[in-house]
Amino acid sequence: MVNFEYANPTTVKEALSLLTAGAEILAGGTDLLSLIKDDVHQPKRLVNIKGIKTLGGISKIGNNFRIGPTVTLDELASNPLIRGAFPALVQASLGITSPQIRNMGTVGGDLCQRPRCWYFRTGNGLLAKGLVENGENKYHAIFGTGAAHFVSASSLGPALMALGATLKIASPDGKTKDVPVSQFFKAPSAEGEREIALAANEIVTDILIPTPPTKNATYEVRHRQAVDWPLATASVSLRMSGSKVAAASITMGHVGPTPVRATEAEKMLIGQTITVDSAEKAGAMAVMGAKPLSQNAYKMQLAKVAVKRALLTAAGVKTV
Amino acid sequence: MAEYKWPPMEQRKLMGKRIARLDGPMKSSGRAKYPSDMNQPGLLFAVLLTSPHAHAKVKSIDVAPAKAIKGVTAVRVISGPGTEIQWAGTEVAAVSAVTEEIARDAAKAIVVEYEVLTHLVKEENLAKVGPRAKAAGEQITGDPDKAFQDSEAKISGDYGIPVITHCCLEPHGSVVAWGNDKIDFWPSTQAVSTVGGDLAKLLELPATQVKVDCQYMGGGFGSKFPADRWGAEAARLSKESGGRPVKLFLDRATELTIAGVRPSHFAKIKVAGKKDGTMTGWQSESWASGGIGGGGMAPLPYVFTNIPNRRMNHTQVSLNAGPARAWRAPNHPQASFLTCSAISDFAAEIGMDPYDVFLKNLDLTLRADTYRKQLVKGAELIDWKKKFQLGSAKTGNIRRGLGIGIATWGGAGHASKCRLTIHPDGTVEVEIGSQDIGTATRTCITQVAAETLGLPMSAVKVKLGNNSYPPSGPSGGSTTIGGVSSSTRKAAVNALEKLLEKVAPGMGVPPDQLEANDSRIVAKGNPNKAMSWKQACQKMGPTAISEMGENEPRSAAREGLNTQGASGIQMAEVEVDMETGVVRIVEVVAVQDCGLVVNPRTAESQVAGALIMSVCSALMEERIMDQTTGRVLNADMEFYKLAGLPDVGKLTVHMDITKEHDSRGIIGLGEPCAIGGVAAIANAAANALGVRVPMVPLTPERVLAALANRRNA
Repeated sequence: MVNFEYANPTTVKEALSLLTAGAEILAGGTDLLSLIKDDVHQPKRLVNIKGIKTLGGISKIGNNFRIGPTVTLDELASNPLIRGAFPALVQASLGITSPQIRNMGTVGGDLCQRPRCWYFRTGNGLLAKGLVENGENKYHAIFGTGAAHFVSASSLGPALMALGATLKIASPDGKTKDVPVSQFFKAPSAEGEREIALAANEIVTDILIPTPPTKNATYEVRHRQAVDWPLATASVSLRMSGSKVAAASITMGHVGPTPVRATEAEKMLIGQTITVDSAEKAGAMAVMGAKPLSQNAYKMQLAKVAVKRALLTAAGVKTV
Repeated sequence: MAEYKWPPMEQRKLMGKRIARLDGPMKSSGRAKYPSDMNQPGLLFAVLLTSPHAHAKVKSIDVAPAKAIKGVTAVRVISGPGTEIQWAGTEVAAVSAVTEEIARDAAKAIVVEYEVLTHLVKEENLAKVGPRAKAAGEQITGDPDKAFQDSEAKISGDYGIPVITHCCLEPHGSVVAWGNDKIDFWPSTQAVSTVGGDLAKLLELPATQVKVDCQYMGGGFGSKFPADRWGAEAARLSKESGGRPVKLFLDRATELTIAGVRPSHFAKIKVAGKKDGTMTGWQSESWASGGIGGGGMAPLPYVFTNIPNRRMNHTQVSLNAGPARAWRAPNHPQASFLTCSAISDFAAEIGMDPYDVFLKNLDLTLRADTYRKQLVKGAELIDWKKKFQLGSAKTGNIRRGLGIGIATWGGAGHASKCRLTIHPDGTVEVEIGSQDIGTATRTCITQVAAETLGLPMSAVKVKLGNNSYPPSGPSGGSTTIGGVSSSTRKAAVNALEKLLEKVAPGMGVPPDQLEANDSRIVAKGNPNKAMSWKQACQKMGPTAISEMGENEPRSAAREGLNTQGASGIQMAEVEVDMETGVVRIVEVVAVQDCGLVVNPRTAESQVAGALIMSVCSALMEERIMDQTTGRVLNADMEFYKLAGLPDVGKLTVHMDITKEHDSRGIIGLGEPCAIGGVAAIANAAANALGVRVPMVPLTPERVLAALANRRNA
């Protein structure tokens, strides 16, 4: 572990001014501290943003729900507004079955955390060229044809993407920009590229979710019932017209370097009622484009089941 | 000649009672100091530099950059130029410094040049190991070819159980201080009385110079007997740092890489038999690895050793991976898994309930009556006959299944000496160079001493965990409870005899007509003729009575205090999600005999712990090696998965406490209860799925692959 400075700003402006080259943002620290201890990250300065009041809180603002990035996973999962409108987010949070991590980990941190790829975490780089393809890849991506085989570790990302959420990002030049969650995650094509659309000197300040009511849910397939990374998840959001689907949004997690949208399945569901048959068909369509590696074809089945069960959960139909 | 035998079962007041462990509050409140808590004044921290290569020769090593770092007190080369490294994680150098961070920086600053050699780290596919395979030779009994030819039914199956680690929560290591005429050594150890001598040998010093203390330790499971190279290096670092105490504990990644593993075991097994379930033939071709020295050899067929016609072939595979150490019942969990899986598959093949097939073949075991009773008890506890359904008859997405695993173990008491002192003020202390590795040894010794002296538990102070006390064997092989209980019993009887000799004249009763009971010395058959314990002790004069007791394994069985031969059966019920392949535990039941049970409560706790370990091994635990880099990929507790509370399910423990077992004396428990669980869980999953998952742990990918193979068959 290399020595670093520690800064404790109280405003976003101050924080941005501290994010000079080599600085990193510290929120819950559940990921960053282990990255530092394992020498994967060697920040020169940590900028703690938990003291910035404006980055917290959950509220309804106009046509959006606003979630502050330093809201903890526990706060999110126990918030009445969120529980009422977005079971998909609550279920995704509770999939992180460690109360300690939910108490410390933040919404922004969940989106920005680094992948768990064991080659990356042992110092072989995020793309770990050659190692993943020829090695132990049972937890790796089944989607994506590029150089990136890691899976995005975010639990909330797929749910926020299905819910059509947007991130507000502040830059050091004083400007802000809106980035849809669907464009936030990226599959790097070269070592050193970021896997999120957030520059090292920028801060996510708001997570905004549109209010129109949907039936939404997240389903996670996990090996261990105690704390464990998902093997595959699916988050769905359905706008209903009576008993029929008017619009569907389906996103799978932990199957690709970014959350993966199942657009064909979404289209197919329009005008349909959610039944075991239609949900199963949607699941099958969702994984049609998958290209598994040598050891992870089983994740296609898991993603398929996750989509099916997320749809059934959203529609209030018994899953198994 | 003193009479040492245990008091009759119905007359015992403390032994056999459900007594909470004495050090529970110390441990649960954090007041118990483990070796890793020994933060002595002036403490230095030591860190190992380990090899990143699985097979390499050290060409050169430059420690100067480490020595130049401020705060570094000593640097030692462990694997000098020319050394051939045989597994990644091998200790290359060690550094001590005033803080752990400086020590880490310094270790990183050391420059090592390696000549990298080819390595092999995977053995699952025997065809790919080439010259690393070494056949152990064929064993044949009867006429297996004819048995298979004439059989009414037969099965052939592939089974595998991978390398797992011990994953001790307190990693291996010690605090050590090299003084002028002695070395103070605080190791996390299972062997208080022998580890000091081991360290002295490594340091080429007289054994008398090493003072060992370990009051508590955070898990060993068979991996913490030696002083280890890192213990010796910590001592040398202390010497080179002017004798300041040095703390060297392995970090988690190193702990999971080099501190010991349980060997894998794979086998192709064939079973032949009759349609009524009788087994007549067994053939196994097995292979295993536990590292560079090859692997263990599971005793096959397990428990059902007298299948009349058998052919066994075994191959050892040498790997460039961290070496094997004893793991709670060496070779037995693997043997039980392989054997009980094949038997259950044979039952499925002939459409029989495996419970009936196990019962039918008990005459092929050495303890048929015990196993029969245990199977009946287990079936009653898990409601087997009501719940069991053949795998082929099950439907639905969520299916449940039942399975059986079976175990045998020795467990005779080890060599143990104990000193019991009765002070003139009536207080009693027991000194014994044993250790409490989490099994409630302290509590059990107290029970035995207090029972023998007719005193309450609170009147006896037990001192252990230090090599200045009379020597007692290492805690391995389930030998501790028999050893320490017997030596304590004898020391207490001997001391009491001396006390009775002192008080007899004054009471006008011959000493052999006196007994200790309810904190009094009483004339046998005349409760009115008595004096309090305290009064009695005042009669001894100013000098304490201090007597030894010894358990000598060669004569122990004859004396009847402890013996060997533990049997157990375990049954599991699991629930499988047929769409995701996720297996969950509903219940695991253990029925276990270990002779005279000193403390049923802590015994049950020990069995429950073994069941949890079995759940881990059956569902999650696996060391994952990377063939390209030659390293362990999951040397952490994130992907080296252990069960959490929601994974464990219901645990039901039934200790076989009967007059018949009690009369055999004390038998060890730690190992026998850690054997059958993996088999029981794997068999329950096979029953639920209607197909065998050849390899544990039962991960979703393996379960789904087994289901897909059946569909394609």
